Amino acid sequence: MMTFEKIKRTGPVLFSEYENGSALKKAISIGRNEILAELKESGLKGRGGAGFPTSTKWMLTAAAKADRKFVICNADEGEPGTFKDRVLLTEYPELVLEGMIIAGYVIGAKEGIIYLRSEYSYMLEFLESKIEYMRKYGFFGKNILGEQGFDFEIKIRLGSGAYECGEETALIESLEGYRGEPRNRPPFPVNTGYLGYPTVVNNVETLASVPHIITKGGEWYKKFGTDKSTGSKLFSVSGDCKYPGVYELQWGITLRELLKIVGAENTKAVQVGGASGVCLNESQFDKKISYEETATGGSIMIFDKSRSMLEVLKNFMEFFVEESCGQCTPCRIGNVKLLEGVNMIEKNDYTLEYIDKLKELGETMKIASKCGLGQTSPNPFISILDNFKDEIFSKN
Amino acid sequence: MTDKDKKIKTEFIASLVRLYGKDRSSLLPVLQEFQKKFRYIDEYSQQEIADALSIHPVEVNSIISFYAFLYDKPRGKHTIRICKNIVCKFHGNKELSKFMEKKVSEFNKDKSEESKITIEYVNCIGLCDRSPSMLVDEKVYEKINPHNAEAILEELS
Amino acid sequence: MNTMEKTLRSPVSQRPHEIKKTDQLTGIGAEVSIELNGIKMKVPIGKTILEICRDNNIHIPTLCYHEDLCIAGNCRLCLVEIEGMRTLQTSCSFPVTSPIKIKTFSDKVRKARKHIVGLMLSEHYGECYSCVRNNNCELQSLAREYGIDNYEFGHICSPRYNVDKSSQAVIRDMDKCILCRRCVRTCIDLQEVGVLEAVNRGYDTKISTFMDKPLADVVCINCGQCINRCPTAALHANDPSDEIWKAIEDPEKHVILQTAPSPRASLGEEFGLPPGHSMTGQLNTAARRMGFDRVFDTNFSADLTIMEEGTELLNRLRKALVEKDTSVRLPQFTSCSPGWIKFIEHFYPEYLDYLSTAKSPQQMFGSVIKTFYADESGIDPANIVNVALMPCAAKKFECNRPEMNSSGFKDIDYGLTTREMAKMIREAGLVLPDLPKSGFDDPFGEASGAGLIFGSTGGVMEAALRTVYELVTGRVVPFKNLNIEVCRGMKGIKEASVKLENCRPEFSFLEGIDLKFIVAHGTANAKVVMDMLKNGELKDYHFVEIMACPGGCIGGGGQPIPTSESIRKLRAKAIYEEEAGLPVRKSHENPHIKYIYEKFLKDGPCGKLSHKLLHTHYVKRGKFIN
Repeated sequence: MMTFEKIKRTGPVLFSEYENGSALKKAISIGRNEILAELKESGLKGRGGAGFPTSTKWMLTAAAKADRKFVICNADEGEPGTFKDRVLLTEYPELVLEGMIIAGYVIGAKEGIIYLRSEYSYMLEFLESKIEYMRKYGFFGKNILGEQGFDFEIKIRLGSGAYECGEETALIESLEGYRGEPRNRPPFPVNTGYLGYPTVVNNVETLASVPHIITKGGEWYKKFGTDKSTGSKLFSVSGDCKYPGVYELQWGITLRELLKIVGAENTKAVQVGGASGVCLNESQFDKKISYEETATGGSIMIFDKSRSMLEVLKNFMEFFVEESCGQCTPCRIGNVKLLEGVNMIEKNDYTLEYIDKLKELGETMKIASKCGLGQTSPNPFISILDNFKDEIFSKN
Repeated sequence: MTDKDKKIKTEFIASLVRLYGKDRSSLLPVLQEFQKKFRYIDEYSQQEIADALSIHPVEVNSIISFYAFLYDKPRGKHTIRICKNIVCKFHGNKELSKFMEKKVSEFNKDKSEESKITIEYVNCIGLCDRSPSMLVDEKVYEKINPHNAEAILEELS
Repeated sequence: MNTMEKTLRSPVSQRPHEIKKTDQLTGIGAEVSIELNGIKMKVPIGKTILEICRDNNIHIPTLCYHEDLCIAGNCRLCLVEIEGMRTLQTSCSFPVTSPIKIKTFSDKVRKARKHIVGLMLSEHYGECYSCVRNNNCELQSLAREYGIDNYEFGHICSPRYNVDKSSQAVIRDMDKCILCRRCVRTCIDLQEVGVLEAVNRGYDTKISTFMDKPLADVVCINCGQCINRCPTAALHANDPSDEIWKAIEDPEKHVILQTAPSPRASLGEEFGLPPGHSMTGQLNTAARRMGFDRVFDTNFSADLTIMEEGTELLNRLRKALVEKDTSVRLPQFTSCSPGWIKFIEHFYPEYLDYLSTAKSPQQMFGSVIKTFYADESGIDPANIVNVALMPCAAKKFECNRPEMNSSGFKDIDYGLTTREMAKMIREAGLVLPDLPKSGFDDPFGEASGAGLIFGSTGGVMEAALRTVYELVTGRVVPFKNLNIEVCRGMKGIKEASVKLENCRPEFSFLEGIDLKFIVAHGTANAKVVMDMLKNGELKDYHFVEIMACPGGCIGGGGQPIPTSESIRKLRAKAIYEEEAGLPVRKSHENPHIKYIYEKFLKDGPCGKLSHKLLHTHYVKRGKFIN
């Protein structure tokens, strides 16, 4: 069973008009260096949240010497409140697949893998049929579109219910048949990735942006967004608003503008960036959403004045305790301590001194944890306790 | 487990390993496919899979325990996974859970272990815009309320 | 033999870096200028920050790091600050490739380390003063180092797990585990036994056996290497010392201690001496003062082992070459390492016939003491308590094997590790290094150096060659000072050959043969050798020595903690040095050995009586658990 939305989407980049296959044809005609130049010009950054420049990632992988290389599409969209990849994969799968083929062409990879979270396993057949459909047009297989020596195949691998596998090195471990635990870096996947070969791991949205950039140019793409946050972003909007869903908006939009578009009223708090993001109160709604100010993988959860922020925080901390891979100390035990702190507040059995100590612990977790999970899990703890002080500590 | 069951499982594992390759990277697909057929990965089969992929049984066990959707204990026929993300929680998940728990326990009454339904609460399944949501086996259901939940349960029986 | 380097399970990124020479392409090995705590220096590209700090005498706290193991980077204690990087970096895993500025004790770093130790302590159940690792616990040292004076994040007050005491060798107390996963890397990577692995995730993560079964029910070989690498007491040996004390105090009991060479080479470490000091003489004095009735030298029975095993090899060769007996299995594998025995029983049960049937020196001694010695000295064997001081955890399992009672009694009553012996000596109020030296008791007062070198990898082979070559040719082995260097050293798998020429008439069937042998240590290397055997690549070989532990017995699972490659080398050095100065260095020249074959084992090595007392059989265990 698939979920399609009936509405016609519009947006500056991803949801704009596009003719399938046109980017790939152009890519092959302009060649690798030109593609990399366009990408660099566009300023496209990784859309998973970390924001690493895509052109650099591709360039490093292209430069690495190896017998095999891989393109991996990270479709392990597990961040609470995020569902943009679901929409891309069900409504614009050709864009994503084409992005992968182009990546393969640029870095010299013949193999692509889509790591699809198990919760989305219902898409598996659909995506496979899309691949077969595109194969008919010569987009897969050997000598793609007549380009000698350009072979590319994509296989889809399912996750098995682990948020941590969204972290690129944990994803690779998982693909290799290990526990989804992140690796030490360096070395980075661009040199030593899947099975030890150079590997590009890109978010679904990043890959879907590529065909548009190729056809319309980096210059065009750069016109959207802000200086350092070029182009557009998909936002997964949920919670207390009239029109939850996926929106394509330009970087640099303020929260207040966004809330208006999605019909949010009486808003008390917005969690930007999913559970691992920060929670903002009304006084901060004029902040711009951009890598410069408030970076996000695109999740916007809206809470109106009737909601308990402590309940929100507790839900997030429970999530991290469950989803931490358990490998490194700060994240494995740290999150439990933070959750204990939340429970103490809930029972009104705490000292502010200890809560401050936990915030300090949170700061340590941010810099001492092995991967993004532990480095960001204290975000809601610190931001909710800071931004909603009056509400949370009212009983004291 | 009878020798016949063992043989069936061993042969199935061998066919999976042939399909995916005798390589550690085949472990997850092999486990997923095995579970699809037998619902859970029993002790015997874990060892057979380990042997077929030249790894240690405890590593197979470790993988199963790491991933939330892999099981080493027997399970019923269907699994209902209700999303427990805060958005779903704020939009009716509590009522839904209560309703489902009640209905499912009625359903499971007098049923053999094999044909029971299991309810699980899982982290965000990516349907926050249509909350509350749940997965029944591999199907997604959105904007569920006690009314349409009843129909879903009926489909399962 | 081609590729003998063992493979690591760990992903490439977590393997230790090895810097050998300048690699033009990557620049590995070339120098780069860095700043370490404000001091400018040049370091080779590719070296990790931790290595650089150690080279410069800067102490970096570590827990998951271990010299023998691949990098994990999970405890996060070795974090350092690198200018310009948002997050702290683990120095164990971070190779220097560019001119960076490193601070190893900045405010952020110290605070983070303190937090991490605090978090570990909050989950670490138990009290230090009632812990077997008190004063030798890495977590405890860290708590002191970072001035932890309270449980900042609370402290767990009730146990979460049951202590697994099922194994005769290794006890698992998971409440003390801090999940550094050294044991996992030891068991899976270093030893390739694969008993322990992390299960579950997040806060529920724990180290477990297959399906959480008792250790005694899984394929554990009892090598105890995990104990040696555990930073806390989560893994420790099954300690029989209370029972031994009881026996000592029982006037009816005649308590005999036999001491193996490896504990003697390492026992000093337990008393604060640097590795590499042999304590043989002092230990004899200590044992007597503690109340042991006799102290014997396991080297004596090692000589006995050589006689039996060497003869067995010659018998096998004769059968194969002269009688053309196709049922004879060659190469013959050594059988002195009980960890190795259990390994082959589990993983290669179809190859048990390749093992020598000779018991290990410990067990041979046990049955000789409870028969020959009991008879000669007029003591009722029922009253003899045999204690074996061994570097080994698996010896505890070995002495409890049901077939090990050929004397009519339990041949060896207790296997005692080096660590436990040190504890007993301390309990007795003795300071080992300060004691006068004394010798072993008769009638086994003297042993050859051949027995002594059993302690190090290659030692059994070297000892056997000295005897076999001489038996066959009538001449001493053609190596300078009897030192067969090819057998020595820490290479995982060593192989060599000796040509047998001008043989004595009774061994003419060996004329011109290249006696080919292999020496391997660590079961990961054993696995490589066994797979070669399986593939038919060992057809030309005659003799294989295998020790379960890295480095052989000197690196055994009962040895002092820490144990690492550099420490093992020093212990081996102590053994070889002691051996070089001994008057008798060949087993067959040991006068007491001659005596026992004259007086007791009258039908000679591999004769009927020795078969009954000194040889054993093995169990096809397999790896499948029901």
